[in-house]
Amino acid sequence: MPQISRGFHGRRSEASSDRLPPGQHLVDDFPVLSAGPTPHTPLAEWTFTIEGGAEPASWTWEEFQALPSEEITTDIHCVTKWSKLDTAWRGVSLDTLLALVEHDADYLLAFCDGGYTTNLPLEHVTDGKAWIAYDYDGEPLEPEHGGPARMLVPHLYFWKSAKWIRGFRLQDEDEPGFWESNGYHILGDPWLEQRYWGD
Amino acid sequence: MTGALEETPRVRTLLLDAEGWPGHRPGQHLDVRLTAEDGYQAERSYSIASAPGEPLSITVERLEDGEVSPYLVDEAREGDGFEVRGPIGGYFVWEDDGRPVFLVGGGSGVVPLMAMIRSSPGSTPIRLLYSSRTLEDVIYREELDARAGHGLEVFHTLTREQPSGWTGYSRRIDNDLLREIAWPASDDPQVFVCGSTRFVDAAADGLVALGYDPLSIKTERFGATGG
Amino acid sequence: MAEERRLDGNAIGGVMIELFGVEMTTVPGSCGNCGAHEQMAETDVYLDAPGIVVRCRHCQNVLIRIVRGNGRTWLDLSGLSSLELPL
Repeated sequence: MPQISRGFHGRRSEASSDRLPPGQHLVDDFPVLSAGPTPHTPLAEWTFTIEGGAEPASWTWEEFQALPSEEITTDIHCVTKWSKLDTAWRGVSLDTLLALVEHDADYLLAFCDGGYTTNLPLEHVTDGKAWIAYDYDGEPLEPEHGGPARMLVPHLYFWKSAKWIRGFRLQDEDEPGFWESNGYHILGDPWLEQRYWGD
Repeated sequence: MTGALEETPRVRTLLLDAEGWPGHRPGQHLDVRLTAEDGYQAERSYSIASAPGEPLSITVERLEDGEVSPYLVDEAREGDGFEVRGPIGGYFVWEDDGRPVFLVGGGSGVVPLMAMIRSSPGSTPIRLLYSSRTLEDVIYREELDARAGHGLEVFHTLTREQPSGWTGYSRRIDNDLLREIAWPASDDPQVFVCGSTRFVDAAADGLVALGYDPLSIKTERFGATGG
Repeated sequence: MAEERRLDGNAIGGVMIELFGVEMTTVPGSCGNCGAHEQMAETDVYLDAPGIVVRCRHCQNVLIRIVRGNGRTWLDLSGLSSLELPL
């Protein structure tokens, strides 16, 4: 039993909400988590690519902006135990993107500038559950929060919402990504507290 | 924790009595782990400020968005206990071999350098270049003044605000400043640089530009956020 | 701001002692991508991700990933081609 540090509570808010999954606490700021240097890809060089379909599909930044977009207001839950309520985004639904690609895959592996990857079952990113987001709080998404564009899958732990996303590959099998291959849960449902392998 | 010393409005030295402490070498750090009543834990690293053989102490700067440092600077008091792990580190450690020593510290990056100064027998020439924002932010100011002259030369630079009549430097560390103060590379000095990532990168790059062997420059970076 | 999140291998000396049982900051390792040979202190370290990420200072290749949770540690060394540990 470790020694209790008198008067130590951490930086956690006392506030609670029935919108908080187990083990989470609320934050008002937007913490930045970094596993590497922040990429700064010029928009002129940015593309979004879907591999693994009948034909590869790719969009430039301008083409991507021309796709129908949606406004999303949602709660987000980081596996490092902070949650943030009512975050406001704009982005392109994966339903919109996947309707443009002929495929019979069950999974995707997202890839990003900087080398990060994360895996998702398609049933968890379709029917209005996931977006490629490029605005946050009415402004272009800042690089430190994943701009120019990041995945947004708010019903799963936020490591699935890959920053600096550049596309994904459609696959028949669930291939573990950067964190899923070294301890973190293959799916990551915060309401089931699926943090680590075996949870 | 057996005592505390307020160094500046944001910085405090904590005296520790660590059971079974095996002793340390100048430049090493230790990890502090705090545990809340519900089991929540947070852990951070702090440089050891004391010389080997002196009562163990760490010097901690309060980071405004921090989790552990505000507790250590503002909340912890004599008689409180917390877990420490250490000593840690073998790279950023001074072994006195008689070669001149050049210490470059930014803000609380001076702490492990102070452990080196405090452990020096005085026979090895040491120069300290110490960058602070304002005079009020200078840690160990009186002790450095008192120790200067006995083999130790101290050069302050204040980057944000200088008192009237200030005779030290008044700018961020740059190559010209390093050239004025650093030992010539031909003297084969040992170099220790500690501070924020940006500070350490600037100082190390500047010294390499002056002809220092990169292998002679030991660097340690600490985060400006999260502590 | 993000650059200030990049630390160096000194920052994980304590974690590494727990995992390897020896002082690791002076232990040389070779990058499996570019072959650079550096002491562990001379790596780029990111602490505030969901785990600890250690990268090669020369090519940014991920050398080490450390995830701790539920009383376990996951340690991925696949980005290193060698570590020269003291006997």
